[in-house]
Amino acid sequence: MFINDTIAAISTPLGEGGIGIIRISGKDALGVASEIVRIKSLKSLCDTRSHTVYYGGAYDLPLDEKIDEVLIIFMQSPRSYTAEDVVEIHCHGGIIPIRRIYELTIRAGARPAEPGEFTKRAFLNGRIDLAQAEAVIDLIRAKTDAGSRAALNQLEGKLSSQIKSVRGDLLEMIAFAEAAIDFPEEEIEEMTAVQIAKRVKANMVVLKDLINTASSGKVLREGLHTVIIGKPNVGKSSLLNALLRENRAIVTDIPGTTRDIIEEYINVRGIPLKIVDTAGVRETEDIIEKIGVEKARELFKKADLVLMMLDMSRTLSSDDRKLLKELADKPCIILLNKADLPVLLDEQEIRDIMPEKLLLRISVTKNEGINLLEEQIVGMVFQGEVISNEGAIVTNVRHQHAIQLAYDSLQDALQTIEAVMPLDCIVVDLRASWEALGQIAGDTLGEDIIDQIFATFCIGK
Amino acid sequence: MYIRGSYDVVVIGAGHAGCEAALASARMGSRTLIITINLDSIALMPCNPAVGGPAKGHLVREIDALGGEMAINTDATRIQARMLNTGKGPAVHALRAQSDKKAYQNRMKKILENQENLDVVQAVVDKIVVENGVVHGVLTEMGALFEATTVVVATGTYLQGRIILGDLAYTGGPNGQRAATKLSDSLLKNGIELVRFKTGTPARIDSKSVDFSKMLIQPGDEEPVNFSFLSPEGKTPQLPCWLTYTNENTHAVIRSNLHRSPLYTGQIQGTGPRYCPSIEDKVVRFPDKLSHQLFIEPEGWDTTEMYVQGMSTSLPEDVQLAFLRTIAGLEQVKIMRPGYAIEYDCVIPTQLKLSLETKAVRGLFTAGQANGTSGYEEAAAQGLIAGINASLYTKGKNPLILSRSDAYIGVLIDDLIIKGTNEPYRMMTSRAEYRLLLRQDNADLRLTQKGYDVGLVSRERYEKFALKREMIEQELTRLKDLMIGPSKDILDRLSNMGTAELRSGASLAELLRRNDVTYSLLQRNFPDFPELPRDVVEQVEIDVKYEGYIKKQAQQVERFNKLEQKMIPLALDYAAIKGLSREAQQKLTKIKPASLGQAARISGVSPADISILMIYIEQARRQEGSI
Repeated sequence: MFINDTIAAISTPLGEGGIGIIRISGKDALGVASEIVRIKSLKSLCDTRSHTVYYGGAYDLPLDEKIDEVLIIFMQSPRSYTAEDVVEIHCHGGIIPIRRIYELTIRAGARPAEPGEFTKRAFLNGRIDLAQAEAVIDLIRAKTDAGSRAALNQLEGKLSSQIKSVRGDLLEMIAFAEAAIDFPEEEIEEMTAVQIAKRVKANMVVLKDLINTASSGKVLREGLHTVIIGKPNVGKSSLLNALLRENRAIVTDIPGTTRDIIEEYINVRGIPLKIVDTAGVRETEDIIEKIGVEKARELFKKADLVLMMLDMSRTLSSDDRKLLKELADKPCIILLNKADLPVLLDEQEIRDIMPEKLLLRISVTKNEGINLLEEQIVGMVFQGEVISNEGAIVTNVRHQHAIQLAYDSLQDALQTIEAVMPLDCIVVDLRASWEALGQIAGDTLGEDIIDQIFATFCIGK
Repeated sequence: MYIRGSYDVVVIGAGHAGCEAALASARMGSRTLIITINLDSIALMPCNPAVGGPAKGHLVREIDALGGEMAINTDATRIQARMLNTGKGPAVHALRAQSDKKAYQNRMKKILENQENLDVVQAVVDKIVVENGVVHGVLTEMGALFEATTVVVATGTYLQGRIILGDLAYTGGPNGQRAATKLSDSLLKNGIELVRFKTGTPARIDSKSVDFSKMLIQPGDEEPVNFSFLSPEGKTPQLPCWLTYTNENTHAVIRSNLHRSPLYTGQIQGTGPRYCPSIEDKVVRFPDKLSHQLFIEPEGWDTTEMYVQGMSTSLPEDVQLAFLRTIAGLEQVKIMRPGYAIEYDCVIPTQLKLSLETKAVRGLFTAGQANGTSGYEEAAAQGLIAGINASLYTKGKNPLILSRSDAYIGVLIDDLIIKGTNEPYRMMTSRAEYRLLLRQDNADLRLTQKGYDVGLVSRERYEKFALKREMIEQELTRLKDLMIGPSKDILDRLSNMGTAELRSGASLAELLRRNDVTYSLLQRNFPDFPELPRDVVEQVEIDVKYEGYIKKQAQQVERFNKLEQKMIPLALDYAAIKGLSREAQQKLTKIKPASLGQAARISGVSPADISILMIYIEQARRQEGSI
């Protein structure tokens, strides 16, 4: 049933690009497209050659209305992403033409694709293996350059290679232990609990690093939900503008959500900040006075990061204090703006309220401290680690889960060692960790341990 | 050709697999015949005189728990017993016993001869008679036809057996026996594929020519433990083994004679086991190792023959003598029988069902070394299962299938059937994923009920087992329910025991969980402890001390069972499933796994393939539903 029908979807993120692509896949892909697209040089769309770009127009034919100029590409099965017949319609990037063309494909008989369904088909038709399939899904969703890099790395097996090295070390330890157990009368050097503990700890460090990058993986896909709050005239709009000046910004009207909410994507050093504000905030500014502390709390409850702005040339108000206390357990940066003016603010008082939060002196008008702020944001995302092309970033929930399981099992192994439990109990934990990681690399289990034993030890009667 | 008899179950071969198969089927009430190539070779131990060891000892206990004979036979003919791995945790404790080889054979022969429903015959089987894909009997070289509803092939290393010793090679079975030269053809004709494996054995030397003063004595345990849950406890007289080492001179002799080794001249074609390499193989593969250990083991009370464990070889006799005489204590050694290699045909086990019935011929079962395993214990385990299932087959009942979470036997058979093997397969504890559950001490608790349910376990054994099970449960409940608090009296007792004090209330079970507290320590310091048998105390102690780990494994089993219970339709056309790797497609088509869990264990079938299968099966299911 679902393998034979034709599906369609908008394949590019809404509002982000100069062009938009609608993709149709399935036996009737060309038929669906021919209900919408006309090409001057061809009588029928069925005459298109595979893998060739044609210029034409997209029409709402019953109304005889031209929607947009388009490029159309037909990719004949099996030489396409899904290994089915695929048609791509490239139009301009505005939301309206994309959505209309998409709706027309549905009217022409295509079914809206479920999330990841193209990849699922590619997967079902044998175009890609599981690890790739998941990375491709992430690739599609990645909204920023850094996100794409992380997804690409995963495709190229960077994550796999890091996982493999941890697994290799675990395997060696397991093989030592198993050889000692299975061949007790052979002259096999036994590893001491202390030696095992040391190596377990080293592997835990590697896994912990991967887990830390995992939380950034989510950020790369979905954007860092950021809220800027502060009193009127504290400099919020100036900060926004300063960030916008240096970075690409996209304003998107998200359909189906409250009309007066605007999402701003600001790409800060590869990290997408999704700045959410009520529509008026940029002009009238005073969120605290306008909507009150209660509402402000609601607003930043969902935030990944709060930028709290304070005016250094003014003293702390009771509202400020209330808000600061509300922010105590929230990731936030306190920005002390107007550092260039005479200082009235008692910095010590803020430090007393929130001793662990980062305080940054900036001057938006003089463009001082903005770079530092950007660095701090990136730092918070990667927990002090700088993202590089070589980094293995876990962008996939399933992988993240597996790594966490592996880490927890090693933690168990340490506890087992501390409780002076025997070797076979330690091995249970080591194997659990090894197997959890195996889910990522996609290795089948089986003979690995035994092969390792015979490769390492001279055993036999 | 004449009809010589008619049976429910005919077992070909009376080695360790054949004996268990025949006894199981006869004890379950099936009219059974066992055919051996030589009545004097029943239960022959053509290699080492030992039974058990890590994982193998587990198998022996499991065979016993199900009502098999190997454990009792070993206990009755034991000349030494040792519990190995005692410091490495309860799951890997491993009992190993040396047996008097002749006594072992004689006792087993007597058991067979006196077993109700069982006939014992010497003959060479040339042909398995099959009609329309169903087995009908076996035909001997004398032209005798034994009609049979089921046939169990347990031919060990006898199928096209070929002995190789230096440049000497001849057709034959182990220890100067005849080989079965025609049966392979008969199997092939019935669509059963064979593979050629090889194994070997060391020389036997005369104990009178050995200087034991230059070796380390390896005595048995002070308090030897039995394999069987039925054998009477108690000390028996024991003989020691002896430890010595090869040296650089030994290796030099071997190296300078490698050109005469059939392994390197190409005489030997079969695949040998990695865990049982010949001494020439060890010297070549691990050149940095300057010495290898050897155990000199007695073969029985009434013989001076001794087994040289670690020295398996197929080098010519003169070379064997030369290198043995470089070894401390063996300077004057006399060889009584030289070591040799043996090549033989065996069935590629992926052609079997989990019941050990062949997929090609109904009613035809295969077991033991003929299925590509090595070791007496692996053979006996399969023989037992094949015998049980042959008998169940004749009664039209469902086969007994042990899963990987039930028993080492389950692991063994699952590995063979699903993964196959490209060398003689040996059981190892590392092959068992759930070994904290599959301990040798609880084999009866895991399996005796099952053995009883199929009608193999005797009333006597079952009642003994049921009583033990009840005592364990009662004592566990008592220890968990009995709470103590930090009163003066209790604190005094604790300090007397040398363990930390209590701050709040705790159960006796929680106290027992401590590293420095044992059951007997509790028993000595707290009143009203029952007098319990040793094996009951052992279970209680393990259950309490390893509770966390046992629970962890039980959860793993639960997850494992989920995939195990996702059944794959037998008629599934794997060639029609797009996206499966070519290798997966071929292997799945060949093995036809019954569940996704089994499919996942097939080598070459990746998790991606399993996902595809999962999606495909789900898709097929949905399609069916929508019609």
